Amino acid sequence: MPESETILVLGIGNLLWADEGFGIRAAEEFVRRYEPHERVTVLDGGTQGLYLLPHVQAASHLLVFDAIDYGLEPGTMKVVLDDEVPSFMGAKKMSLHQTGFQDVLAAAQLTGQAPRHLVLIGVQPVELSDYGGSLREPVRAQIGPAVDLAAEWLERWGVTLCGRASDEEPAMATRALDMDAYEAGRPSEAEASRKGDPRFLPGGST
Amino acid sequence: MAAYATQGYVLDDTGKRVVVDPITRIEGHLRIEVNVDDQNVIRNAVSTGTMWRGLEVILKNRDPRDAWAFVERICGVCTGVHALASVRCVENALGIAIPKNGNTIRNLMHATLYAQDHLVHFYHLHALDWVDVVSALSADPKATSELAQSISKWPKSSPGYFRDVHSRLKKFVESGQLGPFANAYWGSKAYKLPPEANLMAVAHYLEALDFQKEIVKIQTIFGGKNPHPNWMVGGMPCSINVNETGAVGAINMERLNMVSRIVNQTIDFIDNVYIPDLLAIASFYKTWTYGGGISAQNLLCYGEFPSIPNDDSNNSLAMPRGAILGGDLGTIHEVNLNDLEQIQEFVDHSWYEYDTAGKGLHPYEGVTNPKFDPGPNIKGTRTAIDQVDEKAKYSWVKAPRFKGQPMEVGPLARYVLGYAMGKPEFKEPVDKVLTDLGLPLTAIFSTLGRTAARGLEASWAAHKMREYTDELIATIASGDTACANVDKWEPSTWAKQARGYGYCEAPRGALGHWINIENGRIANYQCIVPTTWNASPRGKDGEIGAYEASLLNTPMEDPEQPLEILRTIHSFDPCLACATHVMSPDGRELTSVKVR
Repeated sequence: MPESETILVLGIGNLLWADEGFGIRAAEEFVRRYEPHERVTVLDGGTQGLYLLPHVQAASHLLVFDAIDYGLEPGTMKVVLDDEVPSFMGAKKMSLHQTGFQDVLAAAQLTGQAPRHLVLIGVQPVELSDYGGSLREPVRAQIGPAVDLAAEWLERWGVTLCGRASDEEPAMATRALDMDAYEAGRPSEAEASRKGDPRFLPGGST
Repeated sequence: MAAYATQGYVLDDTGKRVVVDPITRIEGHLRIEVNVDDQNVIRNAVSTGTMWRGLEVILKNRDPRDAWAFVERICGVCTGVHALASVRCVENALGIAIPKNGNTIRNLMHATLYAQDHLVHFYHLHALDWVDVVSALSADPKATSELAQSISKWPKSSPGYFRDVHSRLKKFVESGQLGPFANAYWGSKAYKLPPEANLMAVAHYLEALDFQKEIVKIQTIFGGKNPHPNWMVGGMPCSINVNETGAVGAINMERLNMVSRIVNQTIDFIDNVYIPDLLAIASFYKTWTYGGGISAQNLLCYGEFPSIPNDDSNNSLAMPRGAILGGDLGTIHEVNLNDLEQIQEFVDHSWYEYDTAGKGLHPYEGVTNPKFDPGPNIKGTRTAIDQVDEKAKYSWVKAPRFKGQPMEVGPLARYVLGYAMGKPEFKEPVDKVLTDLGLPLTAIFSTLGRTAARGLEASWAAHKMREYTDELIATIASGDTACANVDKWEPSTWAKQARGYGYCEAPRGALGHWINIENGRIANYQCIVPTTWNASPRGKDGEIGAYEASLLNTPMEDPEQPLEILRTIHSFDPCLACATHVMSPDGRELTSVKVR
């Protein structure tokens, strides 16, 4: 890839919603594992939807981590490329204002500034409706392999990453949202009702 | 039900029922049900938040200094405003005073958010209720250029420019992948703009998308990163070092100059693109006078942009605090977020329960106990509701009240309050718009008035960005570089028990956070978000909230194409993710419209 081109590694989802946090946690692990590289931006995109557009427009290569409903066995990881990506990211609305990431990609195209290469590393979630919860075991187990895969893609795009040398652990967000602190500080179920509207969340409490 | 009267409206649910679920291009899930009479005029309106919100409970026992980081994640739109309300409520509870730069930087970031949010709302969410994208394809680029040049000096206005936009749009539409333009009612008779005005608006839709690139840099510079900028109890987590060059993260002259440049671009774009577009579009919809709802009666503002740090009285607030009740613009009611009798939430028609029915609770005493009970008269089943029962509980949104009254919050409330208080910076632009369009003051109490107030406010905020940037540079130049006060950072310095409120005027309206701190931990946390006010379900006496009232008496061109409902609801800039809850696992993409 030419010198002027840049890669965006983007984690999306909502870390307050159990496996919805996969994308963010994978991006965090990516930052933890590798030294920063001048041509790579790693971003915790949250559920920012259309607000992510400027970052997407700026990248020639886009790699996305997300929890995706592939209809596969929970915890299954699957990689989707280029033109196939939008259809996998269309069903689920995130934000801004219930924009799907598909719409963000469409808007990038409409403005003539879409990334040329797209890789989606998605994991089939186990649980999305546990508010305040964290990743389920099968999804958590895919963080490492997902980051491995991402590094392989970057290698293919001509960027070789170096492992972190220093002991100091970098944080993407504030420490309060680190997976350990987030999980340890969770109030008990008796104190904090965890389920949503049963019409939308089958099996939810009433 | 027979018809019943409340707040000057008559509600009649005997006609055809139209169910729109979900309302698209908003944050979160909102369902609207209306009954129309045989002339297709809306005679009953029901607003239902369809997802449960449990943010408050997941904060229990956490460190109050971390609350902002959690509330920033409630949704993708309101990150900064929740963070601001959160740090303010902790500071209020613990008596922490922030330094001048902390205040100025917060004001600057918040004004920037106003400009960006209003811009995105107008072009990317709301404009499509007024602008027919498909009609733009039949526009003549040369005539579009003449139109654009007649209303603004904005340089991108040549026939060649619009020809290029036209061909890009054509290619995009022909690709069959409509993206952000999908699921709309193109071709509806409710669209009134000529093709050239539609093409001009589409061109500016694209320019506004690109403009975001610049404006987000301000949040990045002061918040350290974007999305999800950093906040801090006690001030802002910025370090200022004007003599440094290229220091990572520090704010130096180079960065301040960049901010200054972006501020100028923001003012230019809003005053020369957004405002002229708004007026041009409004001129074609002058006769569409619907959507006022309760805005001519009850309006509430917490105020915003303190010019004096730590002072939220009206001596300090650039955007005033106050309430108007019963349409009496001559009396401004004082608003006190600490007064247990003023702001209360009721759950008589919401899927929660309190110990005592019919009671209202101030957020300090607030409880969030979900109780899903759809009522005896629903149609469909408990798990697949075809029609809600508005005489029973019917929404996950609570019903907040000010002195027992439902209130409208947001840009229109702020502008009417500023107008009523005789503040020239609010009154003069309103009078000018009304004069230019040849409309009386009462015309402001409408969907269009709400949309116009938002535009004027975007311009106001852009000019405030300049003021705050200059203020920051001047304070730094005087040698004062402190951004935060950490005297009370350690919990050992706190009272064993403390409580406080955090006010904020979010772009979409009054936002309040209330906190109880016990032994250094969060004992109770409650938020009342703007959309909770506006999307409020009925109260115990059947009184209606802002959304429901705003839809009444609106004629629909075609109930199968509920464009008028979208237009009015969008004018409030709803954010149901905060008012109710985030996403449904399947996230149904297509709005279903059912007419019975």
